[in-house]
Amino acid sequence: MKKINSVEDLRKAKEKILAGMHGKGKGEKEKVLVRVHCGTSGLASGAKEILDFLTLELEKRNIDATVIRTGDMGYCYAEPTIEVTRPGESPVVFGYVDKIKADEIIEKFIKNGDFVDGIIPVNYRTID
Amino acid sequence: MTKKKIQIIVCGGTGCSDKNSNAVAESLTIEIEANALENDVKVVRSGCFGLCNLGPVVRVMPDDVVYIGVKPSDAQEIIDEHIMKGRVVERLLFTDALTGKKLRSAQEMSGYRKQMRIVLRNCGIIDPENIEEAIAHDAYEALARVLTTMTPDEVIKIVKDSGLRGRGGGGFPTGLKWEIARKNKADEKYVVCNADEGDPGAFMDRSVLEGDPHAVLEAMAICGYCIEASKGLIYIRAEYPLAVARLKTAIAQAKEYGLLGENIMNTGFSFDIEIRYGAGAFVCGEETALIHSMEGLRGEPTVKPPFPAEAGFRGKPTNVNNVETFACISPIILKGAEWFSSIGTEKSKGTKVFALAGKINNVGLIEVPMGTTLREVIFEIGGGIRNGKKFKAAQTGGPSGGCLTEKHLDTPIDFDNLVAAGSMMGSGGLIVMDEDDCMVSVAKFFLDFTVEESCGKCAPCRIGNKRLHELLEHITKGKGVPADLDRLRNMCLVIKDTSLCGLGQSSPNPVLSTLENFKDEYEAHVTAKKCPAGKCRDLMEYFIIAENCVGCTACARVCPVNAITGERKEPHVINPEICIKCGACKEKCKFDAIIIK
Ligand SMILES: Cc1cc2nc3c(=O)[nH]c(=O)nc-3n(C[C@H](O)[C@H](O)[C@H](O)COP(=O)(O)O)c2cc1C
Repeated sequence: MKKINSVEDLRKAKEKILAGMHGKGKGEKEKVLVRVHCGTSGLASGAKEILDFLTLELEKRNIDATVIRTGDMGYCYAEPTIEVTRPGESPVVFGYVDKIKADEIIEKFIKNGDFVDGIIPVNYRTID
Repeated sequence: MTKKKIQIIVCGGTGCSDKNSNAVAESLTIEIEANALENDVKVVRSGCFGLCNLGPVVRVMPDDVVYIGVKPSDAQEIIDEHIMKGRVVERLLFTDALTGKKLRSAQEMSGYRKQMRIVLRNCGIIDPENIEEAIAHDAYEALARVLTTMTPDEVIKIVKDSGLRGRGGGGFPTGLKWEIARKNKADEKYVVCNADEGDPGAFMDRSVLEGDPHAVLEAMAICGYCIEASKGLIYIRAEYPLAVARLKTAIAQAKEYGLLGENIMNTGFSFDIEIRYGAGAFVCGEETALIHSMEGLRGEPTVKPPFPAEAGFRGKPTNVNNVETFACISPIILKGAEWFSSIGTEKSKGTKVFALAGKINNVGLIEVPMGTTLREVIFEIGGGIRNGKKFKAAQTGGPSGGCLTEKHLDTPIDFDNLVAAGSMMGSGGLIVMDEDDCMVSVAKFFLDFTVEESCGKCAPCRIGNKRLHELLEHITKGKGVPADLDRLRNMCLVIKDTSLCGLGQSSPNPVLSTLENFKDEYEAHVTAKKCPAGKCRDLMEYFIIAENCVGCTACARVCPVNAITGERKEPHVINPEICIKCGACKEKCKFDAIIIK
């Protein structure tokens, strides 16, 4: 992307990014978005392995998904944690994710929308 | 069947589990099976909803209906009415006390959640290594607004009006600090971000930098605009490699996009940020020591005044703020001073991030409005004390703070209340202790830290803390006498009064506050020579109750020093002369025959 030279540039860039984010608006089906929380506590509990596992397996299993790496949400006691957003639905956070749990999340939640144990409900207010 | 599958989420958080949410889940499952619905309806367990006082909480999806205070006997009605007939069970909905309105969904009930994310707004949401994600989440929007539509004085006024106070420990009003730095004229000024985070148990600054580095960069630029500085420096400990790496990436990307550097967004304002590394010394978090360390000098504090705002980095006016303080700035600009000051207590506005550690179930970071009580933090958000033990105390302010006890549980946490309770906010570490913790040892633990971290420049801190530590060591070894308690207190007061910087001025706080709140525990150590918590090894004696001992020999076999003797099937005895108090025998005994005296 070119340099942002004015406030208008910033706002335009923002709109463009929002429109193109995570497969949105590309004329294709919206993608599943998976956030793997990779801050120090996540990584110390094995988040990198989960990130790699999900990236590889989602592709192998032909699921149209974007996997991104983020910081931690503060759920240190339940790391590794991941957040999954199915198209058009609210994000769901899962804790204590190992490879077995990750596999279950792909098969049950990502594919069919069935919840699995280990959900961490949204327990905070946001600012907007 | 085309109907969408129904899922019933039962809260399995500690609060709800204590109120028997397990049985609720079982009853629901039984009802589902009784109605042959197992293919269409599923029960799953979740973590805490953050509504513990309303538990057990059950949420039916996809309808998004939340039921509260659900008992196992309610399962039948939920299945019959809601699931089979699609009629919400009104009786189990939450009623808003003010309006009397019944609230149905998690969304409608969100105002009752204890946590609120301002500082952590983007942590875990955006990819910190991709500036575009940050921009999509409003990064640099506040900077754009400031640079194009506001004068520095207008910005400072907003920050002042918001009531924001520094999150690095002292709680100094941020707007006022900026104003002072603005008024001091110089050819160059500096904006410094304090990311030293030396307080043991605190890691919120690290998380912010790892999860949302642009929030800090943007706020530093806004500060630069206000005080007329063109250079920012982030002082971060080298032990935070991930945060450093993400900061570097963020700075590079911001420069590439023209959001840092020369002539930002064509406004004529230039601002550049560099990173400076600390080697992990606690004292280097103190702002004057930090500045010396950045200048390549020894990390030692100097007397204030002059304050950094007058003569800081390279003798120029320098504004030092903490990471979390900076992370509050953009939302304040975007949403206004009134919004921010509507959150919190009278003199402490906004939210505070706490790092929960110690004997608490949900170890991690939380962000709550100022004024949330310790009870809400520990027992609702934190999930209570581990292993069902009893709460004893919580240390805030780390080695510079003090402990809060049972009697402080309902005190709203803010800067001033914590000081009044003999502790302080500090950076937000909150270490929870249970009945098994010896408060004398806790005080000694923090003194261990300060003795290690004292820079040695001034005698009261260098020598005084050492003596204080010795005295505590003495007491925990059973060599103390009652008069030692007065000596302890006096020494504390002298160190506080005479030390050069905040480190020494606050290092006796853990001793003073435990002495104040747990006097009897200190007395037990020096008079009866007992440690009530059973932590101080030198004050314990392992003892076998003859009536309970069946002579199984398990203890004698596990004892590493052969201190236990006795015939098979006869009561055994421990020789206190040989016993090293390792506790292996007590762990092994199946008959509760071994006790600590
Ligand atoms: C011994 C000692 C250690 C400190 N450590 C830190 C620290 O790690 N991080 C921090 O932000 N402030 C720390 N401070 C406070 C700083 O001196 C300074 O007040 C603060 O960075 C100002 O930022 P604020 O106004 O945003 O809180 C420490 C103070 C003392 C006396």
